[in-house]
Amino acid sequence: MTTKFTPDHEYIRVEGSTGIVGITPYAQEALGDIVFVELPAVGKVLKKGDEAAVVESVKAASEIYAPVSGTVTEVNDALSGEPGLINSDPTAGGWIYKIAISDAGEIDGLLDDAAYSDLTK
Amino acid sequence: MSEPETSLKTVPLDAGHVALGGRMVPFGGYSLPVQYPAGIIAEHKWTREHAGLFDVSHMGPSFLTLTNPTGDAEADHAAVAALIEPLVCGDIKGLKPGQVRYTLLLNENGGAIDDLMIGRSPLFPGSLYIVVNAGTKDNDFAIIAKAAGDKAKLTRADDGALLALQGPEAVAVLETIVPGVSELSFMHYGPFDWNGSKLIIARSGYTGEDGCEILCSVEKAVQLWDALLADERVKPIGLGARDSLRLEAGLPLYGHDLDETVSPIEAGLNFALSKRRREAANFPGAARIIKEFAGDLKRIRVGLFVEGAPAREGAEILDGSGAVIGRVTSGGFAPSLARAIALGFVPPAYANPGTKLQVSVRGRLQPAEVTSTPFVPHRYFRKAKAS
Repeated sequence: MTTKFTPDHEYIRVEGSTGIVGITPYAQEALGDIVFVELPAVGKVLKKGDEAAVVESVKAASEIYAPVSGTVTEVNDALSGEPGLINSDPTAGGWIYKIAISDAGEIDGLLDDAAYSDLTK
Repeated sequence: MSEPETSLKTVPLDAGHVALGGRMVPFGGYSLPVQYPAGIIAEHKWTREHAGLFDVSHMGPSFLTLTNPTGDAEADHAAVAALIEPLVCGDIKGLKPGQVRYTLLLNENGGAIDDLMIGRSPLFPGSLYIVVNAGTKDNDFAIIAKAAGDKAKLTRADDGALLALQGPEAVAVLETIVPGVSELSFMHYGPFDWNGSKLIIARSGYTGEDGCEILCSVEKAVQLWDALLADERVKPIGLGARDSLRLEAGLPLYGHDLDETVSPIEAGLNFALSKRRREAANFPGAARIIKEFAGDLKRIRVGLFVEGAPAREGAEILDGSGAVIGRVTSGGFAPSLARAIALGFVPPAYANPGTKLQVSVRGRLQPAEVTSTPFVPHRYFRKAKAS
C-alpha cells in the first residue's frame, strides 16, 4: 500500500488496483470549514486530470481532479450528511471516492511523500 | 501611464491579527483577516451566541461639519442636512441628536453609488458622522466634499481603528470597559471617554445582532482590542464570518447586491426612502424611484433557500420551466441554518415567499424557494418607548 499526491493537493492511497482519493490535511486546512461535497457518480470514467468532485467551503467551491485515470467504483456517502469529515479526518473517514485504476503507470508520475512535503513547506 | 496600485494598506491592528493566527487576505485595498484558527463556522456561531470582535478599519468614517455654525442647534443641523440631502434618499434633517440612519448615496438614475450610515452629532450643532464602504470611500468622500463646498468641511477619520463588537453579549462586555454605553439605543451614537482618549461608539452593526461599532485612535487601538479580547465572552472574528452573518441577516453588500444600476426599491430598502423625501421628490433619480415605490419595477431582491450545493454570486435563477429570470448576487452556506441561502434579483411576479424556483450550480439545476428575509431574525436592541 502506498500513498501518492498531486500538486493540486489530492492524495491517492493505492491498494492493489484500487485507489482511494481525497484531499490532503494541508488542503483541508487551507480551504477551511467544508460545508458541501459534490460526489462523482459510481461508474463514471475519469481521465487523469478530469474534474472528479467539488468540495465547497463556506467561502468558495474547489474542484477535485482525478490523480489517475480509471472508473469510479464507490463514493463516500457519509460526506453527504457530514462534509466536515474532510476537515476532521481527511485521510481516513474523509475519503471522497474509490477508483479502479486503468493505467498503473500513472501512479509513478505522482508525488511521493517527501516531494509533496517539500511542495507544501 | 501610471503604475497600477498593487500594494495593500495595513490596518492599525495588523500585527495583532497575525499574532492571533489570522489568515490575511486582500479586501477593499487592505490586508485583513478572513478567519482565525477557530474557522468561519465556529466564529459565526460564537457571534450569534456571545460576542464577536471584528476589525472594520477599512471602512470610511468621517465627519461633515458646518464651517460657520450659528450655535442654534436646529438651524445648524438643518443647514448641514441640506448639504447632504440632495445626494441621498434618507431623512437627514429629521435625525435627533445622536441618532444614526442607514441611507444610500444615489446617482442621477437612482442607482446606488454606496450605502452608508449618517448620524447627527449629539454634541455639536451642524456636525454629521458619516461612515461609508471601503471600496467606494474615495469617490464617496469626493462627492460629499464637492456638495459641501465651502459651507462645510469633510474630515476623514479612516486612518483610525474601527472595531465592531457584535452579538447578544456585546453590549454587556463593552459596558464593563466603557460605562454608560448600554444606555445607547439602537441606531444611536455618542462620544465616550476611555483611558484618556475619545471613542465614538454607535449601537449598530451589520450582523443582525445587537452590538456596537467603535471608532478609536490609532494610538489606543491595540489597547482597546486587547481589553475587549481579555473578556472570555469575546473572540476575534474574520471577514468570512462577517459575510455569512450579514447574509443570514438578509442585508445587502455593496458591490454585490448593490451597485450603480440597483435602486433602493429594487434592493428592497424601501425603509431607507423617507416619506418626507418621497413627497418632496428632491433626491437623485427621484422619478424612477418614486415610480418603483408605487410598484412599477422590473426586478426586486429576494431571499432564496437553496437545496444542495451553495449557489454563489453569478449563479442563474430560473423559473419552474427553466427560463432564466435573474441572478444570485450573494450566496453561500448559512452556519446558523446549516443550509445554503442566497440573495438575488428576480421580476416581482416571482418574488412572493413560497415561490418555487431553480438555481443553476455548475450547470446543474437545483430547487430553490423564495423566502422572506432576514433568514435569521434580527436581534437589535430597542428601548421601550416612554409613554
